[in-house]
Order: sequence, then C-alpha cells, then structure tokens
Amino acid sequence: MLSRTADSLFWMSRYIERGENLARILDAATRLAALPASYGGTHNEWESAILTAGADEPFHRIYKDANEKTVRDFLCFSEENPASIRHCIEIARMNARAVRTAITTEMWDAINGAWLDLKKYDGKRMDREEFTRFLEWVKNVSLVVDGSAYRSMLRRDEYWFTRLGLYIERADNMLRLLDVKYHVLLPVSERVGGTLDYFQWSSLLRSVSALTAYHWVYRESVKPWLVADLLTLNREMPRSLYSSYENLVRFLDQLARQYGRIGPSQHMARATLARLDNTNIEAIFQSGLHEFIDQFILDNNALASTIQEQYLV
Amino acid sequence: MAFDEMGRGSNLREPYAQLSRWLDQASTDMLNTRRSQAEYFFRRIGITFAVYGEAESTERLIPFDIIPRVLASSEWRTLERGLIQRVNALNAFLRDVYGKKECIRAGIVPSDLIYRNPYFRPEMDRFEAPHGIYCHIAGIDIVRIDPHNFYVLEDNARTPSGVSYMLENREVMIRLFPELFSENRVAPVENYPDNLLASLRSVAPARAASDPTVVLLTPGQYNSAFYEHSFLADKLGIELVEGTDLFVRDDVVYMRTTEGPQRVDVIYRRVDDDFLDPLAFRPDSVLGVPGLMGAYQRGNVTLANAVGTGVADDKAVYSYMPEIVKFYTGEDPVLKNVPTWRCREKDALAHVLDHLGELVVKEVNGSGGYGMLVGPHATKDQIETFRRRLKHEPDNYIAQPTLSLSTCPTFTKSGVAPRHVDLRPFVLSGADKVRIVPGGLTRVAMKEGSLVVNSSQGGGTKDTWVLDV
Repeated sequence: MLSRTADSLFWMSRYIERGENLARILDAATRLAALPASYGGTHNEWESAILTAGADEPFHRIYKDANEKTVRDFLCFSEENPASIRHCIEIARMNARAVRTAITTEMWDAINGAWLDLKKYDGKRMDREEFTRFLEWVKNVSLVVDGSAYRSMLRRDEYWFTRLGLYIERADNMLRLLDVKYHVLLPVSERVGGTLDYFQWSSLLRSVSALTAYHWVYRESVKPWLVADLLTLNREMPRSLYSSYENLVRFLDQLARQYGRIGPSQHMARATLARLDNTNIEAIFQSGLHEFIDQFILDNNALASTIQEQYLV
Repeated sequence: MAFDEMGRGSNLREPYAQLSRWLDQASTDMLNTRRSQAEYFFRRIGITFAVYGEAESTERLIPFDIIPRVLASSEWRTLERGLIQRVNALNAFLRDVYGKKECIRAGIVPSDLIYRNPYFRPEMDRFEAPHGIYCHIAGIDIVRIDPHNFYVLEDNARTPSGVSYMLENREVMIRLFPELFSENRVAPVENYPDNLLASLRSVAPARAASDPTVVLLTPGQYNSAFYEHSFLADKLGIELVEGTDLFVRDDVVYMRTTEGPQRVDVIYRRVDDDFLDPLAFRPDSVLGVPGLMGAYQRGNVTLANAVGTGVADDKAVYSYMPEIVKFYTGEDPVLKNVPTWRCREKDALAHVLDHLGELVVKEVNGSGGYGMLVGPHATKDQIETFRRRLKHEPDNYIAQPTLSLSTCPTFTKSGVAPRHVDLRPFVLSGADKVRIVPGGLTRVAMKEGSLVVNSSQGGGTKDTWVLDV
C-alpha cells in the first residue's frame, strides 16, 4: 500500500476520535460548570477544558477569557482553531476523500455524510439544548464511522492503519485528560472525599463515558485511586491506557504478520504494554502519578513517530 | 437538414429499427422516470464512489441522455479499421519526429510546424520511447455528416479523458433498461480496463520484471478529472499515486509504500508534460517527480503517454494528417479529415477572413471548445474580435467549414428530438497490438441547433451501442 494512503487512513481515524473526545470534554465541562460553586462548579472548568484539549496557546491568542461561550465556540466551530470539532471532521473527510478507493462505501458515506451534516449546525445561534444535541451528534459520528469500519472493511493493512490511528489518539487524549486532572486524583491530606472532589471525579469519569462503568467494575463509591486505576490499568475499560495499548500491540502484530516483517514500532508497543502489565496503581502512586503520566505521554508520542517512520513516509 | 442517424418512416435506418419501435411505445412519463433514476444513479456514484460532496457533485453531473446512440457493426468495422490506421500513423509520426525526421525531409510536414511547436519536446529528440510507442491512449474525435463517411475532428494524443463516462453510461443503461439489452445484442465495453492494463503492461521496459508494476499518476484530488483517475485506478487495480508518492534514485523510479520503496515500471500519467518533472520542465511544479525524465531517458520506466505527443494533436499538424497517414502506412486514409484552412498560409487566411461568418475558427493548441469561433452562431462583435486576432497571429489559427454534424434522437424537455452528436472512441496502443472496445463516448449538444458538444460548454453524453444487424 502507498505510504500516503496509510497515512491518510491513520489520520482520518485520529481526527474522528479527536472530535469525539472534544465532545466528551465539553459535555463534562458543561455539567460541571452548571453546578453551584460549593459543589465544585467553578469558572475554572472552562479553562481546564481548554487545557485538556491541548488548545491553551491558540485559544489565548484569540480570547482573553475562558467561559462557556468562548470555549464552546473555539473548540467546536472556530475557523482559527486547527483542531476544532469542525476541523476534525473536515480533515477526516479530506483524508478519506484522498483515499476514497481504500475505504468502503459505507465508511465513505459515514464520513462524507457527517461532513455534509456539519453544515446544518450554526454555532453562533445555538442554545444549550441545541448544543447538547450537537455534542450527541459528534459522538454519534464516531460511532457510525467506527462501526462501518468494523463491519465493512477487509481485515488487512487498510483496516489495521485506521485502528492504529484510533488507539494512538485515544491513548493521547486519555493522557492529556490525566495530565490536566491528575491533581484531583492525588491523595491529598486536606479534604479527602469532600463534595467538591466527588463531582470533579465523577465529571472526569463522565468525560470518558465511564461513570456507569466505574460502578460496575468496582462496586464502590467513587475513590480517586480507583478512578486512576480505571483510566490507566483496567483491562475491561475500553478507553483505559491498557486497552489502547493492548489494541495497538494487536494491530501492529497483524500488520507485521501481513508484511512478514517486525519493526521498531512492534517492539516499542510491546515494551509499553509489558510495563503496564507489571505494575499496579499503588506502585504508580508511590513513584508519582504525574511522573508516570509525563513519561507515558513521551512514550506514546514516540510510538506515533515510530509508526510514522516505519510505515507512513 | 443534418443527417439523422435514426431517420424516420421509410428512411428509418436499420441499426435503429428496434430502438425506434421501443421509442414509439415509450411514454414521456416513463422516459422522465428513467431519466431521474439515471440522475440518481450518477449522483450516488458521484457521492459514494468519487469523492464529491453536495455542491461539487452537481457540478460534476454532466447531462446524461438516456436514449442510446447506435452504430451497426458493419459501420463499426470501418471505423475501427480507420482508427487503427490513424493511431498507427500517429505513433509512426511521433517516432519519426523525435527520430529520423523523414517526414520533414520528404516535405510532408513543414519543419517549423514541428520545431516551433510549443509541444515539441527537445528532451525527446533522438530518444525512442520504449517499444516505439508514444501515444498509448488516444481519443479520436469522430463526426458524421452523411451515412457513408466518418470524419476525424481532432486527434487527442496527450491525456484524453472521458472514458469513465463511457463505462458508467453503459453501467447505468444496463440497470435502467435491462429489457432493451435483452432485445438488442450490444457489444460490451466493460473490458476496457482489462485492455488498458494489458496495453500498459506490454510497454514495460524490457528489463522490468515479468510482472511489471503499473501506477496511475494524478495531479491530485483538486484536479477536475480526479474522479476519472480514481475510477480507473480502482478498475485497473493499480495504485493511484501523486508526485510525492514517487521518488527517483539512481535513475530508477520508486513509490513509497508501507513495505518500503517499490520499483515502478510503467506510469499511466494524467499529469501534463509541463508538470512531470521540475528538473526537466517547469521548475515550480509540485505535481511532478524530480528526476523522472532522467529515469525515462535511461529506459528504466515507461511513461504513457510518452512525453511530447502534443506535437501530434496540434490542429495545424492535423491538417496534414491525410498525407501523414499515407506516408507511414502506404494506404489511403480510411477516415476523412475535415477540410482545413491553415491561416499561416496567405491565401487561406484571405479566404478565411472573407468567410468568417460561415466558418469555424479554432486555436491551433486550444481544447475543450475554448478559443473557438462558430461563425454562423457568432455575434458581430465576436467575429470582429476574431478578425483582429487572425490578422495579428495567423499562425495560431485554423478554420474549417461549419459541419452539419449528424443528429441522434435525444430526450429533451420538449420530448424526443434530434440533437447533434460526435463520438470519441478510445484507442489503446500496446507493444503487441492496438485495442479498441466497440463504441466510445458519444457527446451530444443538448441545446437545439447547437453544434458544441463539449461538456465545458453544456454538452451531454450518451451510451454508444454497436449492434449486430
């Protein structure tokens, strides 16, 4: 397969996944910001959403204040934000279009359809209710794209590259979320278990659609180290770092099998997964959650560039 | 009165017998329904296959007429013989122009028409293209003005397009009118992609592996014919590459793949000469591949079509085609040329200037119906503009009589009515033989009385049937 084709498939998936993550971040921020201040509802939530989206710098080049209106506009619709939801869908479609014959009609319909529907949403004139519907729609787009890929694509390199993009992006988003929020998960001595923290934790879970999952997995009230465990090491949670890496290893192995050659990205992904296999959340907390996250961000970026060099250029 | 290919009453022509009976009983309602179904199919193909969105797909939808154009297989046999002869002559001419130049020495073609031609590529001089084939894919535009003769209107020898319409038109017709296809034995065209691939593989460099790698080089998704490029690459099962997907090392062309560099043997390029290689041609081209010409000249890769074929589709050279055919094949041309005044010649220019209101004036290197004057349909202003241009730059123009192109029944807003048509068969030249699928792309001027069939000027297309009758 052409490297450019693989590159487009990889980025097409990354951008669809990124769009969905932005929608989740906004969903959680909207809820948290709507709470009374004593329950953790602070103006800061919007600032934190911008940080989680990794859009701090471009945002403040345009806006002074992070509030509902500016953040919503910037993360969803802004022409100036190269990673707004609008741009994510546009870029995904541009990539899909460039490799139209490498994807199935179903996938093309899903992505092109999303791009066509996008025009119906006018960010300027959206009330809260419409905005909620918009976020639902964005999440649905990634469900449909993902589902059509799963149901219609041949199981070979074209498919593996879409999966690799998805899981690299998913791990990256989870890491950024943890990076911004790690402090709420720290076992600080002051007011452990206060209402403020409770809503911060549940909002964190909500932003990755894991609030219900948490209760199913731990059957306990929300505790910070268990939240951290769920998002990093848990094997059942489809958005945990562990799941993302399990999938990255699996799909990189499939590629290696098809091409009959193992390369640096296979080794790298396996090493990372082995590290996750050999640790537990207590050990992570002991050596520092923040340090763990920082290192993992570097590792995930390194894996992305290794995949890039090995296959995509 | 133009020659109508169907005819009426006692003049009904044989190939149309079945179709005419069918048309007689076809209600306008039914035709309307089928037309909107056809439109739906094309829109769907446009959206789901090709890559276009809402606004763009409406642009792409070239009007499609659901009434097929019919040729008897006996007519086709003549046409086919003529096309093979013509394309063999074109290839021999190009080989000679870039080789021994016997046609110039023999006085068949004036030398300045070659050497001062903007499409003449000095880089190709004294270099013989692999297997001596230059024009692998030719689109020869054919018109009729009477039942007996086929005239060549233009030889498209660079990167002719439109073959995807030929294939899709047939596909849609079979879906819409299965009953018509069971009543009429229509010669198939769907083996065109196989033929194309076989032709391209046959011209691989001698040193290439027995299973040569063929790719299609496109300028990219913003090119107006990108749809056709992706369509063909898909049908041929070859990679659709852009310039950046290829690189040249030690005069060998490779494509960048997920499994490392892969050697490329044949490039079906849909990028113009000018943009092929920034080191050889336009240095600002980002569409091409640096070093491609070097690899080509070393014989390590085949380009289809070859570089420099434009010299054969120049309209001034066209006027010499009867002599060119005779010179290289030793035969009389089967297909006629439209009488052409070369404005570079003094007497001809005087004649043209005197008869501007009756003639069609064309730019020597124009295409797509641009830069053209149709005398009988032109305003006074347009005629005067052309008069000034002709006096200023006579070398740049030729003139032809306004041909009364044949008509075919066409489904228009006011019912079934005759409209003017032309035909573009696609002729494939391989190292082994010439391949043509029966038929081609029929273009039709949808406006009553109009003679301009170009899609850029509101022309439509039809399916073209070759029938055993």
